[in-house]
Amino acid sequence: MSAAVPASQQAAPQPVPRPQPRPARRGLRRRAGRTGQYAALLCYLVFLAFPLLWLVSTAFKSPRELGSVDPTWLPRHPTLGNFRTALDEQPLLHAALNSLLVAGAAALISVAVAVPAAYAMVRFRGAVSRAGTGWILVSQMFPLVLVIIPLFMVLKNLHLIDSRPGLVVVYVVWTLPFVLWMLQSYVKAVPVSLEEAAAIDGCGRLRTLRSVVLPLLAPGLVATLMFAFVTAWNEFFFALVLLKTPEKQTMSVILTHFTGAEGAADLGPLAAASLLATIPSLAFFALLQKRLVGGMLSGAVKG
Amino acid sequence: MRRRSLLTGAAATAAAAGSTTLLSGCGSSDASGVPTLDFLSLAWQEESVAANKALVAQWNTAHPEVQVRYVQGSWDDVHDQLLTSFEGGAAPDIIHDEGNDLTDFGSGGYLADLTGLLPAAVRGRIPSAAWDMGRFGGGLYGVPFLQEPRVLIANRGLLGEAGIDLPDAEQPWTWAQFEDIAKELSRSGGKDERYGVAWPMSSPVSVTLNLSLTTGGRILYRKDDGGTEVRLEQADSAFAEMVRRQVGTDRSAPASALGMSGGDTLPGFFAGRYAMLPLNLSYRQQVQQQAPARFDWVTLPLPVGAGAPDGGRAQGVSPQTLSVSKDCRHQAQAAAFIGFMTQTDHLVELARGDWMAPTGTDALRDPSLTTGKLGWSTGMSVAAHLVASPALGRRGYPEWSDKVATPALQQYFSGAIGLDSLRKKLVRDGNRVFDRYRS
Repeated sequence: MSAAVPASQQAAPQPVPRPQPRPARRGLRRRAGRTGQYAALLCYLVFLAFPLLWLVSTAFKSPRELGSVDPTWLPRHPTLGNFRTALDEQPLLHAALNSLLVAGAAALISVAVAVPAAYAMVRFRGAVSRAGTGWILVSQMFPLVLVIIPLFMVLKNLHLIDSRPGLVVVYVVWTLPFVLWMLQSYVKAVPVSLEEAAAIDGCGRLRTLRSVVLPLLAPGLVATLMFAFVTAWNEFFFALVLLKTPEKQTMSVILTHFTGAEGAADLGPLAAASLLATIPSLAFFALLQKRLVGGMLSGAVKG
Repeated sequence: MRRRSLLTGAAATAAAAGSTTLLSGCGSSDASGVPTLDFLSLAWQEESVAANKALVAQWNTAHPEVQVRYVQGSWDDVHDQLLTSFEGGAAPDIIHDEGNDLTDFGSGGYLADLTGLLPAAVRGRIPSAAWDMGRFGGGLYGVPFLQEPRVLIANRGLLGEAGIDLPDAEQPWTWAQFEDIAKELSRSGGKDERYGVAWPMSSPVSVTLNLSLTTGGRILYRKDDGGTEVRLEQADSAFAEMVRRQVGTDRSAPASALGMSGGDTLPGFFAGRYAMLPLNLSYRQQVQQQAPARFDWVTLPLPVGAGAPDGGRAQGVSPQTLSVSKDCRHQAQAAAFIGFMTQTDHLVELARGDWMAPTGTDALRDPSLTTGKLGWSTGMSVAAHLVASPALGRRGYPEWSDKVATPALQQYFSGAIGLDSLRKKLVRDGNRVFDRYRS
């Protein structure tokens, strides 16, 4: 028996332990890192908040102040005149109601359609599922301007031009691919073992979906619902082209009535109306935010 | 504008696929069989919307046999909106749009030829120079009803301090005098820096084309075969060269204003940073609304080119127009409504609402528009010399403007390229574009 040991089997040299930084230095580095993180976060917040703050500021400024060469963050003489003008000139409240109905219906329908579809695509892998996923990706590549005319013709044949249900159908179709994509990732995160346990307990597919999967999907559903709602709420071009009757027009279309040719705009009322238009989105988010965060942190799938 | 090309392409594809079978005509009838015509209006200022709605209500009361429904449109995306509606066979019956847009729609067969449809009285109300703005390819596709010339909006206080006599519509400054005055009004250095003029050139092509007429040029010429030829001779480039001199050599115009729209320059004007602004006539409303209390401003006629036709007063313009959709089932009634909207007193109301000039000969002389207040009389005097923009009726203009002329002019005004290079781009590249549109 040879006493020789191959080099590969020789004990690897022990790594030389790196000298640990002294606790005070470590604390300093951590504090610096944390400060950097907060600074980056602050920059990002400023980047996100700047347009909104400027919108708020503009909404409360008089035409004279808007024409000043030294713009200020805070209006020197705050006025509600822009809100009065905006509400007097355009049917903002009616348009907001239209947007609410259309966006709400589109969000609910697209999520209702997408939940079983996403579940099937994740759990029943096969050619159809792969084709479906491919379709989702491909559908995202078509710019709106390429589909609008064929879509317009289809809707015309279905007598859905100039109708809010027609717009809901369009929004459902338009948001469905991304909603499906989002929901798929949430469904994937639900452990199969939970469904298997439910099956052992005698649950069928539908019951499993309703009683096990859906509660765990709640945060994902809320996020998806919000995405679908905000997309439909903000959408402009479909609404512009499809709705002719003034009483049916949505908020995004009404906002353009404050702008004229060659970039001219009635800035104050436009800002006031835009600010009013953001409120439902913010309210919707505020309403569902607790559910969203709560659901994410609930740890429902912990072993 | 890439979006416009894409949509045009999509429209062509849809048309090629036989989509025309879907067209079923516009207009609708209520239960009693009374036809209702949709009137897409792009009026946006409060007074203008009110004037339009009031006229529609007046028509509906006087014509129970044909009702008109006011549909509020928007200048944003109107081209795409109309193209989609035309292709889908659901376009509004009566369309308010801009002259430049008519070329594509008229050539594309989307608009009715109004030649035999308009009441005879309408023809007499509007001068022949204005009719040229809606006529091309042997047809009349739009009735020009509102137009706006460029005027100089000036800080009267600054001009007074400098001892400069104000011109009137009879005796406007020449461009050479204007250059000297702008230099005189300019002051360099520090906080008190001031420019004699600011040229807002966010749409450099239309400004350059339309004002090249004041120096005897036109840049876009009609060839015998109906095609378009781009030229940049001395008369064509004189206006662009002057702007370049003011920005680059005299420093009497700021380079920073070149990317601005007219409205963007107003804060600097109110602060005394710019002494004069060449703006469209309707900007007077914004000036009136936003100017600080006791700010003294005046509307002056735009300078003229010495030795140019019509004394250099002829500016090009793309007017606002009223058209009838080809698919409209009640074209005669729609044309009658246009006749109603263009009655002299109605033209005056619409012009006042938009702070613009009417096209009608008598409307231009209306006492409410020839008042000396707020520059109305100056505006009407300048408007009497307006002619069709060289861009009107030129197929291929949007592509030439977006892909060739806009970047070339922006580079030229900013000093990045010289006149030879500008000429090469506008003419050589431009003619290639227009050649593709020859039918």
